[in-house]
Amino acid sequence: MLIGIPKEIHPGEQRVAVTPNVTEQLKKLGFSVCIEKGAGAGANFSDEAYKEAGADIIPTAKALWKKSDLVLKVRGPEKDPVSGVEETELLSEKGNLISFIWPAQNEALLKELAKKKATVLAMDSVPRISRAQKCDALSSMANIAGYRAVVEAAQHFGRFFTGQITAAGKVPPAKVLVIGAGVAGLAAIGAAKSMGAIVRAFDTRPEVKEQVESMSAEFLMLDFEEEGSGTGGYAKTMSKEFIEAEMALFARQAMEVDIIITTALIPGKPAPELITQGMVETMKPGSVIVDLAAEQGGNCKLSQAGKVVTKHGVSIIGYTDLPSRMAAQSSQLYGTNLRHLLTELCPEKNGEIVVDMEDEMIRGATVINQGKITWPPPAPKITASPAPQTEAPAVVEVQPEAESLIPEPVKQFLPIAIVGLLLYFVGSSAPASFMSHFTVFVLACFIGYQVIWNVSPSLHTPLMSVTNAISGIIVIGALVQISAPGFFITLLAGLAILIASINIVGGFLVTRRMLDMFRK
Amino acid sequence: MSQGLVTMSYIAASILFILSLGGLSNPETARRGNLYGMIGMGIAVFATIMSDTVDSYVILIIALLIGGTIGSKAAKMVEMTQMPELVAIMHSLVGMAAVLVGYANFIDPTATLTGVEKTIHEVEIYLGILIGAVTFTGSVVAFGKLSGRIGGTPVLLPGRHWLNLGLLVASIWLCMQFIESAETGGGTWALILMTLIAFAFGVHMVMAIGGADMPVVVSMLNSYSGWAAAATGFMLNNDLLIVTGALVGSSGAILSYIMCRAMNRNFISVIAGGFGTGTGGGGEAAVVEGEVSPIEAAETAQLLLDAKNIVIIPGYGMAVAQAQHTVNEITKLLRSKGKNVSFGIHPVAGRMPGHMNVLLAEAKVPYDIVFEMDEINDDFPNVDVSIVIGANDIVNPSALDDPNSPIAGMPVLECWKGETTIVLKRSMASGYAGVGNPLFVHENTRMLFGDANDSMQEVLKILNS
Repeated sequence: MLIGIPKEIHPGEQRVAVTPNVTEQLKKLGFSVCIEKGAGAGANFSDEAYKEAGADIIPTAKALWKKSDLVLKVRGPEKDPVSGVEETELLSEKGNLISFIWPAQNEALLKELAKKKATVLAMDSVPRISRAQKCDALSSMANIAGYRAVVEAAQHFGRFFTGQITAAGKVPPAKVLVIGAGVAGLAAIGAAKSMGAIVRAFDTRPEVKEQVESMSAEFLMLDFEEEGSGTGGYAKTMSKEFIEAEMALFARQAMEVDIIITTALIPGKPAPELITQGMVETMKPGSVIVDLAAEQGGNCKLSQAGKVVTKHGVSIIGYTDLPSRMAAQSSQLYGTNLRHLLTELCPEKNGEIVVDMEDEMIRGATVINQGKITWPPPAPKITASPAPQTEAPAVVEVQPEAESLIPEPVKQFLPIAIVGLLLYFVGSSAPASFMSHFTVFVLACFIGYQVIWNVSPSLHTPLMSVTNAISGIIVIGALVQISAPGFFITLLAGLAILIASINIVGGFLVTRRMLDMFRK
Repeated sequence: MSQGLVTMSYIAASILFILSLGGLSNPETARRGNLYGMIGMGIAVFATIMSDTVDSYVILIIALLIGGTIGSKAAKMVEMTQMPELVAIMHSLVGMAAVLVGYANFIDPTATLTGVEKTIHEVEIYLGILIGAVTFTGSVVAFGKLSGRIGGTPVLLPGRHWLNLGLLVASIWLCMQFIESAETGGGTWALILMTLIAFAFGVHMVMAIGGADMPVVVSMLNSYSGWAAAATGFMLNNDLLIVTGALVGSSGAILSYIMCRAMNRNFISVIAGGFGTGTGGGGEAAVVEGEVSPIEAAETAQLLLDAKNIVIIPGYGMAVAQAQHTVNEITKLLRSKGKNVSFGIHPVAGRMPGHMNVLLAEAKVPYDIVFEMDEINDDFPNVDVSIVIGANDIVNPSALDDPNSPIAGMPVLECWKGETTIVLKRSMASGYAGVGNPLFVHENTRMLFGDANDSMQEVLKILNS
């Protein structure tokens, strides 16, 4: 199967669906790969690099779309702003496409693609189940967006992030508030923290508190009980009272912090407005707001999608293309997500894809299967968050021990009593010669006990082989008997000498061999 | 040589044996310890041969030479991965020798004991043969299991505890019969019957013990071979045999105890057998669910290059794949790049006590970077990459947090507390205990599937390039 990677045509889009590195791995899966000339230029991947990785370079987009059995893209098909050609038109009949689609917002596109009898997998529709994490391009992109948000904020912020005490005076650390601790939020927390800022975070889902604290940021709490977790690990819309309490918290924080990074998104809905004009006005001059939800209307009233504006002395960054601003990194991660998805699609590693609609992950990602719109998929069965707390962890029932016939104190005392009785019995009846041997025996046991506890655990194997060798001392027993009269005794004793001497020689030699290997 | 000199030689030999075991307290003195053992044995054998009672030199020297040749051949040929098998089969030899000496002593017409002394002597013969016979068949079965000739899964006969009890009662009854008829010069049949019962008991006992408990079994048989020697010593009124037997016996007993403690298991329940069959516990063990994240050799190499503190945790799989040399090459390379590489050894890793240490020593891994579980467990939060090579149960977190797991309470190497854990495994099969392992689906764990040696070779190649 031939995979084609066209150049992204969206204005300003720097990413490319597949990097040279991923190309190599796709070839290992049995696919052939061709790429439009200059497709990787925005992400600093040259055509030569692709050629080296085994891809063919195709000069025009039209030829590439025509040739390819499977097209991999970052953004969904759209109209070329220069030539006016619709990418949907370029897709061949019954072709295959994998890219971001956003089917909920793009129903018309979905219908167009269905008309082409195409099979389309949307990277944004990969279900949030743990098995599909490796294909989760949304998380990869969000991770980059979160990091880049901090970098952008740092650029527009006129001070250090980290606190310093220098000869020229004391510099206070920057205070950063991250709203929404999803993947992007956590990435932002990590980046800001590592630059030395004081980081606080807020999220409606209480279960992320632990994650925030694990990155040594402070989790802001509301005095309010409401569960904010929706299905699939995303947040849901909260009640009016909750929002009021939340807004009061943000208003207090706005006066205090230097940088606010908002990442609050609810799937399929306009972004909630969290930072009002009033809050912006109360912020210190020179502060920065990075609104990662600007494309969906913005978490801040004043943000403008795709632009940096300065209102009331506060820089408000509304870039919607943060991943594209780190094109090399995001292309690499996106390409790897694609490769993982293709590995699932191509279980035979023969370069042919099989859309298995029984597979929960593939079913979720497939929005059009051979011209039939299959979106939305049935709800995923498992959410990424832990099960609700109402199902308390199973309490282990303490099973009553079976009633013992003997009461506990007697049980403890019993072995001692038995040993004592035995000793008494032996002592009262055994002759003196036995008793002297017995003394030797008991003392030897105690010497052994003392000596063996000091043996280093790493030498336990040599210990076993050396004790094995010296237990060959039983040869003495055979030696003293071999001269007794009678052929049978001589035979038995001779055999015993033979096998015991195997033990002695073998045991000592193998121990020496082992010990010679223990070197510092 | 006079009796006094012989006794003096025996005392010297006893002291040398004690020094020999004492020398094993650390690798520096261990070689000298082994030498003491050899000298002690030489003195004891020489003194006995020179004593007045011995005069059949021809057959004696022939037997010694044949045995010695076989022994030295075996010691030269054995692979370090086969040490457990060798040790097990050598135990069986001691057991068999004890049986033979016991019989020889029984039919020895020169004995002149009477009364209580005679009875005690007969009990000693009986016990010597009993312990020897159990050691013999038990070790043979253990050898079979370790070398893979017999399956590792426990064979559990119905009502096996009753069966064991029955065999015990039968041996006690036979002992009384034996003493009674020995008074009148008979008793041979009782002795032979008892030997057969003891043979059966040895087989049954070891067959019922699972592969994961093999370290306990091997050290227990080590102990038995010592007790057999001690019983023979009583029988022959020979203090050297008693002392040596007691040393070996208590050594094996302590090793068994250490192994049981390392698995948090009761010695009796190991011996009674049937580990991993789910007889204990208050409920079902939690089922392990989740997705494993595979990793390639190239990524493994990259992780290693990025790491500072690396811990390698070897298990039986490393022995099977003979990967210890490759592991040592990687260790050397990483250390030359300034990485901090150490080894974490679980007490029951492998199939006998200290098995992993011997393998690493064979590959010339310096022993001062090889650590015991207790020494290294607290360091895991600072570890960047842990590599688990063919180990499973000894790195199973459910031993600590799942009270229903069959291995609950067993101390394990807590590698999941580190940054990343790479697990080398042939497939997703469970370990010897048959328990699922949540470590494999832990979010910080990456699985490198394939033969451990092949995988390590590949990593080494990439690290070198």
